[in-house]
Amino acid sequence: MAEAIVTIDNLVKYFDISGGFLEQLQFDSGKIVRRKTEVKAVNGVSFSIQPGETLAVVGESGCGKSTLARTVIGLYPPTSGSVYFKGERIDTLSPQQMLPYRKQMQMIFQDPYASLNPRKSVRQTLEEPIRFHMGTLNKGEVEERMAHVMEQVGVNPGWKDRFPHEFSGGQRQRIAIARSLVIDPLFVVADEPVSALDVSIQAQILNLLMDAQEERGLTYLFITHDLSVVRHIAARVAVMYLGTLCELAPTSELYSTPRHPYTQALLSAIPVLDGKKKKHIKLAGEIPTPINLPTGCIFHGRCIHADDRCRSEIPELMESSDSSEVLVACHGVAEGRI
Amino acid sequence: MQLLEVKNLEVSFALRQGDLVALNDISFSLGKKERLGVVGESGAGKSVTGFAVINLISKPGKITNGEILFEGKRLDTLSEKEMRTIRGNRISMIFQDPMMTLNPVLTIGTQMVETLQAHRKISQKEAEAVAVKKLERVHIPSPARRLSQYPHEFSGGMRQRIIIAIALLTDPSIIIADEPTTALDVTIQAEIMDLLQELCNSEDMGLMLITHDLGVVAEVTERVLVMYAGKIIETAKTSDLVSNPLHPYTRGLMNALPGHGTCDTANRLQQIPGTMPNLTEIAPGCSFHPRCEHCQDICSSEVPQLRKISGNDSRFVSCHFAEEGWQNG
Repeated sequence: MAEAIVTIDNLVKYFDISGGFLEQLQFDSGKIVRRKTEVKAVNGVSFSIQPGETLAVVGESGCGKSTLARTVIGLYPPTSGSVYFKGERIDTLSPQQMLPYRKQMQMIFQDPYASLNPRKSVRQTLEEPIRFHMGTLNKGEVEERMAHVMEQVGVNPGWKDRFPHEFSGGQRQRIAIARSLVIDPLFVVADEPVSALDVSIQAQILNLLMDAQEERGLTYLFITHDLSVVRHIAARVAVMYLGTLCELAPTSELYSTPRHPYTQALLSAIPVLDGKKKKHIKLAGEIPTPINLPTGCIFHGRCIHADDRCRSEIPELMESSDSSEVLVACHGVAEGRI
Repeated sequence: MQLLEVKNLEVSFALRQGDLVALNDISFSLGKKERLGVVGESGAGKSVTGFAVINLISKPGKITNGEILFEGKRLDTLSEKEMRTIRGNRISMIFQDPMMTLNPVLTIGTQMVETLQAHRKISQKEAEAVAVKKLERVHIPSPARRLSQYPHEFSGGMRQRIIIAIALLTDPSIIIADEPTTALDVTIQAEIMDLLQELCNSEDMGLMLITHDLGVVAEVTERVLVMYAGKIIETAKTSDLVSNPLHPYTRGLMNALPGHGTCDTANRLQQIPGTMPNLTEIAPGCSFHPRCEHCQDICSSEVPQLRKISGNDSRFVSCHFAEEGWQNG
């Protein structure tokens, strides 16, 4: 197997929300103690992404998928664990040392209304990353590069001097994609890139992302909550729940035989067109708070198969017995109960 | 008699540049226990349709033509005072974002009692009893205790259920749900959809479900209107529409859905080129013709009427080639 583009190992990200010193003080059986409150957004996630692959991370709101994306690309420093880019550890680098890696990693955000600076023309928006990362190019080369990338994403290069408000949502997202592609990255993190768009526009943008991947050999980390989008674009899917991976499997495998009870519930909830009413698997209760994580398996409170072992022992992400490509974190699956 | 009948409804907004017609000749009806879906992309006019029914079109917009009949009575000519006895009482509305529609500084008990007392002479105690019953109806655990809690103490899915409970307080005949699950996760969306269906049956209500999601429409509704640029372009039984869409736009929308449509060889989604026109610059003839791959000469000159498809009484399509079959030619 070729060397992985990105590998993360046991990545953990906590956010301290305890506030000032005085707010951290609490009474506990007659004594004053100082306590920290942390949101445990990502808890020990490991995976690697092969060159040219699209790995999708799916999960519901608040499961930590965006935090994971931002930690991978270095927007947040991890609490513990490590991130490797082409075999080099990058989470411990200084901002200076990080620069050559930043050039190879780019990000596309969800909302093209918020991610483009309204006071910058398309030219200024696209020029900035080129000037920053490829300072040696002359004016003609910069122009050529911009025209090329605009054509590729389907925005008329003649509109360079227009401002974001003159474009529709779909076109803005195209410009945001152009901005991330203009410096020829190897690895692109797309955080819900089509969630804010209408269905017909969504299809255009998904096709564009896939075309760009084919032409440039890009590797994607694709974050989304929409399971039908995932099925279309991703080679492998990681299902996340409360900061932990439940299941990591090739897309076709995950959709045909979901193994983890949470994956099964998620898939049964997708509305389908063909009119045959499916039974939705109902999950009991609500997602617990990421401040006080449940003991044992993180999903046990809502799982119909949970037993004593699930309540006390944390399941590890293990190869499934019938396929080495499928990783599942569930005692029930490992024991053959589910 | 139908519960709700809308005939030739036209809504326009008076702008400085002239009148902008947001809804053009909309006609549909809704029966008891019926679940009607309204689908379209943003800007198609689906929310305006919902607002028009309960007379909530705000200035500079107004209903410029047509009739809205609720149980045989005209709604569009009622005064604001008369309308208030119907809106939120006989016809309730549920909105998209459960974070925005509840007042964050009042307990949900206060908000529920307030709603009931606005429409009925009822004591605080009786109102609370009704509220508890309705919260139970939407499966909120220990409802009596929950009444004294504030919206921030509930999760998104529970908030949406509380909003449904508020809509149910006055035992309405119709619920208009405007994108009720768009802000929610899929597992919670599935719960809310099941709940809405169950309520239609048990409470004899008509449901008008406004959404952009064809999958949701296919699961919940019995009949569906597809809207494009302020017009109904296709209406049919949901099962007929899903198995055989007759308007090129409907077909395009379905094919553009990842995982549902037919992918071509390179595994690309079939896309509809371009975007929906701005309502001020609608093309002459069929409003969809600039994006339609089956466009003929007649499409750019003549506006297609919403015509019945022979052999199917519930099916209307506005396309010159709906019956001749643009699919083949």
